[in-house]
Order: sequence, then C-alpha cells, then structure tokens
Amino acid sequence: MRRYSKAPSNRSHSGVIRLDKSTNIDQLVEQFKDLPGGLMPLLHAVKHTVGFIPDESVSQIAKGFNLSRAEVHGVISFYHDFNTSPVGQHTVQICRAEACQSMGSRRIETHAKKSLGIEYGETTEDGRVTLQPVYCLGNCACSPSIRIDDDIHARVSAESFDQLMSELCAPATDNAGAKR
Amino acid sequence: MNMRFFVPQDTTALALGSNSVASMLAGELKERGLNDEIIRNGSRGMFWLEPLLEVEYGDSRLAFGPVTPSDVSSILDCLSSLEKNTKSANHPLHLGEVDEIDYLARQQRLTFSRAGVGDPLCIKNYQNLAGFTGLARAVKLESQEVVDQLKDSGLRGRGGAAFPAGIKWQTVLDTPGEQKYIVCNADEGDSGTFADRLLMEADPYQLIEGMAIAGLAVGANQGYIYLRSEYPVAHKILNQAIERATEAGFLGENICNSSSDFFLEVRLGAGAYICGEETSLLESLEGKRGMVRAKPPLPAIEGLFGKPTVVNNVLTLGAAASILEQGSETYKDFGMGRSRGTLAVQLAGNVKRGGVIELAFGVTLREVVEGFGDGTYSGRPIRAIQMGGPLGAFLPESQWDTPLDYEAFAAIKAMIGHGGIVVFDDTVDMAAQARFAMEFCAVESCGKCTPCRIGATRGVEVIDRIVKNQDRDNNLILLTDLCDTMELGSLCAMGGMTPFPVRSALTYFAEDFGGESPREN
Repeated sequence: MRRYSKAPSNRSHSGVIRLDKSTNIDQLVEQFKDLPGGLMPLLHAVKHTVGFIPDESVSQIAKGFNLSRAEVHGVISFYHDFNTSPVGQHTVQICRAEACQSMGSRRIETHAKKSLGIEYGETTEDGRVTLQPVYCLGNCACSPSIRIDDDIHARVSAESFDQLMSELCAPATDNAGAKR
Repeated sequence: MNMRFFVPQDTTALALGSNSVASMLAGELKERGLNDEIIRNGSRGMFWLEPLLEVEYGDSRLAFGPVTPSDVSSILDCLSSLEKNTKSANHPLHLGEVDEIDYLARQQRLTFSRAGVGDPLCIKNYQNLAGFTGLARAVKLESQEVVDQLKDSGLRGRGGAAFPAGIKWQTVLDTPGEQKYIVCNADEGDSGTFADRLLMEADPYQLIEGMAIAGLAVGANQGYIYLRSEYPVAHKILNQAIERATEAGFLGENICNSSSDFFLEVRLGAGAYICGEETSLLESLEGKRGMVRAKPPLPAIEGLFGKPTVVNNVLTLGAAASILEQGSETYKDFGMGRSRGTLAVQLAGNVKRGGVIELAFGVTLREVVEGFGDGTYSGRPIRAIQMGGPLGAFLPESQWDTPLDYEAFAAIKAMIGHGGIVVFDDTVDMAAQARFAMEFCAVESCGKCTPCRIGATRGVEVIDRIVKNQDRDNNLILLTDLCDTMELGSLCAMGGMTPFPVRSALTYFAEDFGGESPREN
C-alpha cells in the first residue's frame, strides 16, 4: 500500500528562510508574497514543507500573489521540480545526460526501472522510492551519477545501485543521516 | 609541530565517499592520541584522484589519492615516520607534492588558483590568498575605470555566447536607472560542465567579490545568483558564504566603506534547462514560467523587472575579480586572437582523468583530451568528442587539432560554449546520440517558438524512420530541412543549435544511421 501522507524528511530546499514543518501554506504565502520574484522561492518552500505542490494550494497562492490561478498553474507545470502529487520517502534521480550516457547510464536506467519495478515518475509500492530522470548533476568527470535526496553518488554500477537501494530500504537505518 | 589534513567536500569528492574518509581519519587520529586538524577544503578539480587527501607538514603539502577509508590507517603509519618538510612519502597512493602533480602543474590557473587550497568558507584564508583585493581596488576607482579594466582585459562571457563582458557592463552603466541588478547565471545545465559548481563550492568568495565589483561598476545595489536546484552542495556553501561576507562588511550596506550598498541573494531554479538562457532565467527570477524573451530589448537595458541588468556567468564574474586584482594586462597576456585569458576546460564522460583544467586559449582539443585525459576510462579508442554541451557538435578525430579559440570552433560549425568536453569511446551509437539531442530539446524546450517546440519532436520521429530505413532518401532530406528551419527560425540557442549535434553526427558518423551513407545535401 502506498504511504502518501508522509512528507520527505531530509530535503534542504529551504532557501534563506528556515521553515518549520508545521507552517501552513497561508503562512508561507504571507512570508513570500512581498519578496520580489517570490513565487519560485514560495513553491520550493511549499514543496519542502508538504512534499509536493497540492492542487488545493493554487487558489491560496494566486490570491496571495495577486495572480490568476492559471498563471500559478502555468508556473508550477513549467518546472520539473514542482511535482503536484506526493512522492516517496526518497527521491532517486538518474542522470540521463550525455556524459553519463558515455559511461553506460542507459544500462543503469534500465536496471533501476527493472529492479524497482517502476517507470520514471512513479513510486514503489511500499512508498519508499520515487524514480525521476535528471539532466546533469555536474558530476560528469566521474559518471554515471545518481542523486538520492540531496546526496550525489558517482561511478554508479548496477551492483552499487542495488546496494544503495538496499540501504534505503533497510528498516533500521531510516534516519537519513546514514551517509556514505 | 602538528600536521594539517585536508579532505575535500565538493560534490564530486562527496559522491566518491570523502565524508567517510574524513570520519575514518578523525577516528584514527583520536585513537592514536593525535590532535591534528582536519580541514574540509574544496577540490583541486583533479576529480579522478578524489577523494584526494592532502597533508601539510611544515612547508610541504603531500597528496594521496584516490583514498578509501581503509587506506587511512596505512597513510597515517607512513606519515608517522616522516621528516618535516619532506617531499615524498613511501605509500602506494602517494602522489608527491600536490602543486607538482603534472595535471595541476601544467595548468595556468587564474580563476581556479585558490580552488582546493583551504576551507572555502574561511574569509581569512581567502584574504591570505589575495582575496578581496580586487574589490578594494574597485572601491578606489570610478565606475568607468572599473568597466575600462574589464574592457581592456578582453574578457568574453564564459557562459557560452562569448559576448565581450566589458561592453555589457558599459551598456548597463550608460543606461540611466535608479535600480539596476547584477544577475549571476549559475544554471550550469550543460552535460559535461562543472566548473561553475567547482568555483562556487571551492572558492565562493571569488564569485561574491566579482558580483560586488560588478555592482560598483554599473551602479547596482542588488545581486541574485540563479542557481540550479541540482546543486544542493553549492547552495549550502553559497548561503553560508553570503552570510559571512555580509557580517564581514563585503556585502550589505556601505561595502568596504565605499558608501555603496550591495545585497546578494541565491535563488534556486527548478530543473528547467532552458533557464540557463539569460532571458528565460530573468523570467524565472521574476517568478514566471521560464519562457525566452525576444531581444531587443537587451537585458542590459531592460532586464530583471524591466531594469538595466548585468547577466554574467559564474566564471565571468570570477574572472572579473582576478582582473581587478591582477590588472587587465596580466589577464590579456593569456590566450590567442580574440579569445583572451584562460578557459576552464572540463574534461568529462568516458575519460580516465577527468576534471577542471584551466588553460590559456589556444591549446588544441587533442592536447587536452590526450595530454590530460590519458585516454578513455573504458580503455577503448575514442570515437567522438562533444564539446560545448548538448547543443555542441560531435567532433570526429579529423577535427581534434582545432585550437580552443571561439572563432576557430565557430569556423568548423562547432562551439566551445562553456568549455565542457564529453568523450565517447567506440561503443557509442551516434544515431542514438543524434536522436537524444532532439529528444532533449523536446523535453526542455520552453515552447515559445514552433521550430523548437514541434521540430524537436518531429526530429526524433524522422531520425527513427531513417534508422529503420523507411523511405530513407526523403527522410534524410526532411531532416536536413528540419534542421535548417530550427536553426533559422528559433528565438534562442536551444532550438537554433540542437541541429549542431544532429548534423555533425549525420555528417561524420553516417555509418551509424543504417542503410547506405547519406548523401551530401
């Protein structure tokens, strides 16, 4: 069964302003509405707090920023980062760009989809992992690269991918501080 | 006397496990009753050696790499018997003095001279290495004199378009306006590029200094760094650096007692490649969809929120700081033709020794790839090199002797761009790469103009038909025609240059497209 209610616990897209998990969207809107170009930082903050941009928030945001709902929806839908439905506890991104391709990322991509049993944009049944494509993590001298939440991993092979996934899925080490 | 240990903390070193090396080292030192200091420095950019452990002992700075946690104990054993100031140690991972490592010693480091030397967030360390002297000099000069320094240096934009930076600054200076902005384009989205990231993670104050200088030069009191969200490490470091620089009086009100203010903020992108295009970036900074704007008006005249705005790449602003520090003549002495100064080449992909290599313009592609890269990681022969990111041409061996110079690359329908080099070995399928170029354009197009938005999707389909040998001759004509339309009819480089990798793949690697060789068209 999918566990949609749990927000990811280890994101750092907080921007300059530190956010409290209990902050509601109205408070966030209030915080960012007068900041020049504040919509992007607001959307990052909503994503950080809730884990995604809920459809219900669009009208609240539109009102606060004095925009139409269509304009807010337009911004959200333009950017890959602003998912509008919940993601798993961990987001795993596989780099699809050329440098990683030259080092066999297409094989990693196929392997990841097969071993997790999901396609890009989907979440595993247990709600642990959402798989996404990414175009370059800036780690191109040591490709292929993947990103798990805010940690980037270099020279990934099918074996090391499985190892990283098993660390994510081990029940006892669900403390996000389990860095390499 | 104690030793000082340096363990890098940039993205690549972290991705290769430098945190576990650092914690193993801390544990071992404690166990041995030693209280030597561990400094988390930035990387030198020799990424194939990461994690690179450096040990300062007296006047020497010894390098070991690549180090795994299990090597730490034996390195400490080896160090325990070492004489002070010695230049060598008896350990299989020992690389000699770090500055004498061939890969580093052969570079001409101006922008990256401080990268990896110390703690990137330590202002004192930055100042000890001549940091903030460029800003101090700029404070004493008139705005026009600062702009003249930049013009005299011959510096051209390092983001890819290579527009003369001094002329851009001059335009903003000459445009009247109460409010002006400095925007740093840190949306380094090209595959195979990571020099902006390295500068931000290893020497963030240089970028801050360059932006403050730009602010003084054109009369702007607000700066934004538009950083891609794919760079979480750089994000953290930049925010801390801005905080510290503000406390120290290099940012904020009355910077360096100049009676000028300069406020700086990092803004995160959200995964859209197109926001690396400057007008799309400005739209995004304003909180809108990243749709490309038509030019004119130039951003220098009507930029962010309609105000005069300098939009420069990270490395351009970094270079501005070195130019003010060392003088425009010193900078101009490097390079060839109209490409002055140094280029931060980023060697990536299937290559044995990848990293950031800062060299004066004029060396050939082959000298970089063979001389520094030392062949492919896989050990197979190199077949193609893509220079300048996903919009750059694929170069066959016959073109590898082209010197790194903006004009020389333009002459062969290729580009230097942001300096990224991606190496492919002989297992590459060039038809698949051409298809990917179109696919990427389809995913990342902002959608404003038809040739890019629709052409990219049609391009994927046409390439698929060619590879399957369906109505081959007509589809080849169609692809050429489509490339012409995209090149001539797109508003920005995304649609306008996606045909470069496609055409070059088709021209030089025709055998990968199935059927007989495509005819010249």
